[in-house]
Amino acid sequence: MRRAGLVIAIPRGALFGQTLDLLDRLEVPTQEIRSNERRLVFEEAGVLTVRPSDVPTYVEHGAADLGITGKDVLLEQSEREVYELLDLGYGHCRMIVASRGDSDPLGAPLRRRGAVRVATKYPRIAADHFAATGRQAEIVEVKGSVELAPITGLADAIVDLTATGRTLAENGLVEREPIVESTARLIANPVAHKLKAAEIDRVVARIRELS
Amino acid sequence: MIHPVPPGTRDVLPEEMRELRELTLRMHAVFDRGGYGEVWTPALEYEEVLRRGDEDAAGAGFKVLDDRGQVLALRSDATIPIARLVANRYAGVAEPLRLCYFAHAYRAVERGSGQAREFLQGGVELIGIGGAQGDAEVIAVVVDALSEAGLRRHRVGLGDGMLYRTLLATVDVPEADWLPLLESLWRRDLVGLAGQVDRLGVGAAARELLVTLPTLRGGPDILDRVDGSLSVAVENLRECHELLTERGVADHVIFDLGLLRELGYYTGTIFEVYDPAVAFALGGGGRYDELLGRFGDPRPACGAGLDVQRVHVAQLEEERLGNGDGQ
Repeated sequence: MRRAGLVIAIPRGALFGQTLDLLDRLEVPTQEIRSNERRLVFEEAGVLTVRPSDVPTYVEHGAADLGITGKDVLLEQSEREVYELLDLGYGHCRMIVASRGDSDPLGAPLRRRGAVRVATKYPRIAADHFAATGRQAEIVEVKGSVELAPITGLADAIVDLTATGRTLAENGLVEREPIVESTARLIANPVAHKLKAAEIDRVVARIRELS
Repeated sequence: MIHPVPPGTRDVLPEEMRELRELTLRMHAVFDRGGYGEVWTPALEYEEVLRRGDEDAAGAGFKVLDDRGQVLALRSDATIPIARLVANRYAGVAEPLRLCYFAHAYRAVERGSGQAREFLQGGVELIGIGGAQGDAEVIAVVVDALSEAGLRRHRVGLGDGMLYRTLLATVDVPEADWLPLLESLWRRDLVGLAGQVDRLGVGAAARELLVTLPTLRGGPDILDRVDGSLSVAVENLRECHELLTERGVADHVIFDLGLLRELGYYTGTIFEVYDPAVAFALGGGGRYDELLGRFGDPRPACGAGLDVQRVHVAQLEEERLGNGDGQ
């Protein structure tokens, strides 16, 4: 990216491997990035490696011109002013409502308490989903291991991402409702999108050719 | 003991204030040379007045009830109050009016976003000159004011707020289907936009136009990529380009056919101002030919506002780069 005059923020996490493969195909040197787990800035390549949920922050504030992160992150941070340029097609997963397999978790609490308690790492997506379907939900935000919430009685249900459904099954949870599908997206800072238009368009065109 | 100030507001101490004062004096000197007379309007307006200008009261976030139970709102932009001022104080005046202002505006912000709730805007309003003539004058004043402030690399992104609507009408998309597409554009979600265009079931050529038009930005040559009945819609931008060339500021202008601005009163030409040192727009503006008519005599008008503190950040960066070896 440095050679193209751009800086890109990429997510360390589930999308990391396939994102590096994409950079390889764009002829951005990734060897250093692959061999350095602790380094965060790779100036010679024009790459920053950050938490997936921090990618929109770095891009919105112009620390990076471009970024790659999941659609789930963009939906959860919908106030971020960034361009969403491309669906990169990889990192497919689904945002779903899940609950324990042994009960009717949404019906009973809704009938008897008027609200369902939902644990999630995605409070905005969860709140929007229940509001859009006309149900009251108490959203309990947790930072990790959401599957624990219904088992321990912290919540009636969870809203979370699932790719294969394995973690859900291992914790005795069943998918109840799909909310939205997510894949990796290429995003851009709005000012860079104007002032570095040619450079950004070249990257977008090259990715389109590759896919 | 620390006595807090509301988040998004702040104190300015002498060192910074000296620089901000110098900056606004320089900008004002350019406005003044252009014949723009400075005005003050109240920071508080009747909310009803703001709503007359924009159904969303231009996003005014702070409202109070006065001692008689009337709703007052802190202004969130300067343009609607100036439209009110023109209707009240310059009714029946036929010649063009040139007004400028430096004023704090207020808006509600997302909690914890670090955005300013109170910000100082400096800008101009040109009333009574329609079309590209008026647009080019306002853009030239903005470019000159920023040059005078010490910026070298600033750019004005120039577009037309009605262009996408014109395109939708041209390719016969029923008006009922417009909103989701326009909302995707406002959110800058080009992936979502492409998905929605696919769902419209229009022909391949129309699909291509609907998806690519918002990504066209760059030099005046991009205007040539728009043909057919849409060509008329960019005629005004072509004319602007000629006039800006005559004024010697065309190098500072980027055409941007995907540009949209949030405020509901814009009727045609719109623009945003950028500098590579700042990741957010320094300001913007556009043509609002219907706003004056909501308060009094209908008159064409065009204006622009700049966020003085963001201009200051760009100026500091320019200074750091050693002033002058920019592009």
